[in-house]
Amino acid sequence: MMTQPNHHLTDALIADYAAGRLPEAFAVVVAAHVSYCDACRAAVGAQEAFGAALMETAEPVAMSAGAMQAAMSRILAAPPLRVAAAPGGAVLPAPVRDIVGGDLGAVRWRPVGMGVKQAVLPTSGAGSVRLLSIPPGMAMPEHGHRGREITLVLQGAYADADGTYRAGDVEVAGDEVEHTPVAEPGETCICLAATDAPLRFRALIPRLVQPFLGI
Amino acid sequence: MRVTATDEEPRRRGAASGPAEDWAPVMAAIRDARDTAAFARLFDHFAPRVKGFLIKSGSDAAAAEDCAQDVMAVCWNRAHLYDPSRASVATWIFTIARNRRIDGLRKSRRPEPEDLPWGPEAEPDPEDALALREASQELAAAVTRLPEAQRDLIVQAYFADRSQSEIAAQTGLPLGTIKSRIRLALARLRADMT
Repeated sequence: MMTQPNHHLTDALIADYAAGRLPEAFAVVVAAHVSYCDACRAAVGAQEAFGAALMETAEPVAMSAGAMQAAMSRILAAPPLRVAAAPGGAVLPAPVRDIVGGDLGAVRWRPVGMGVKQAVLPTSGAGSVRLLSIPPGMAMPEHGHRGREITLVLQGAYADADGTYRAGDVEVAGDEVEHTPVAEPGETCICLAATDAPLRFRALIPRLVQPFLGI
Repeated sequence: MRVTATDEEPRRRGAASGPAEDWAPVMAAIRDARDTAAFARLFDHFAPRVKGFLIKSGSDAAAAEDCAQDVMAVCWNRAHLYDPSRASVATWIFTIARNRRIDGLRKSRRPEPEDLPWGPEAEPDPEDALALREASQELAAAVTRLPEAQRDLIVQAYFADRSQSEIAAQTGLPLGTIKSRIRLALARLRADMT
């Protein structure tokens, strides 16, 4: 188990996740961070309690006659519940493994140049989420955002003008941010990043490459 | 263990019996004794509320009815996974309903955090469970005490598929006081959970 993260989700992201309002691409990153972070897990729990309080105080709508018998027959028809054991020592947290279909070894990386690799994960709804693999010391192309971007470090670390982000840390960036993350020396930096708009690269070459990357 | 035959009790369907009731012993009866009378009580209370929640979230009545039945079936099948020291029964059922709603909309699974590794204690600490239950009840009471018009706005804003910033922009609520009250209740709850 890694140490507790220093960089956390915003209250708005936690509230949206707990209410079920986040598109899947962002929900994956939130769930992955919460997997590491006790404080944000508790905050999600509190927001869920708030949702439950609203559900409890809202107007109930009567069920149809025989609804309970129908539920009982569903119970009898349901297959037995299987709970898969979590593999020890996985790099990817469970919500990411669920999409990838395994741990890091199962990721289908595509090179995007300069040793950087990415894998776009299949999600439904708005936005997109990808895994990024950045060699130690390598800079991601400088870019700004036309929307939200949240980036979670899964392995290694990176630094930008706002600070250093280590495994478990999440960076929430909005329109205003232009940054050049650089992977720290040592381990390859693996990140999970969700965006709801294409990234704008400032350098010429990445701009030309952008359409091929899907970012 | 409270095992009550619901047929002998006046039905309180739709009545505001809600938040003050402790449902954990009812869940325990379902888990340990597969008690169908206990399940009937749980169903009578929660199924209409889950249905109401789903309709407020934009489902039509038939889909909401179908999903509410599913949610209650999940409560029975996963009764052994319910932990009263981590969430109130209402909160647990809310999360099941929310996830079912999302699964239905996306035809995919909602990403859930990796579960915490269990500590050495086999049974949840009753004191933790009590503290959590009280905090949840305070929160529900705080929501109930809100003026009806304000509560309606919050409920509409919460259940509609809109983000927090959009809600603030569209309702222009006098959110300051409401938010601080909610935050206070949430902070208390948070303190109990960490």
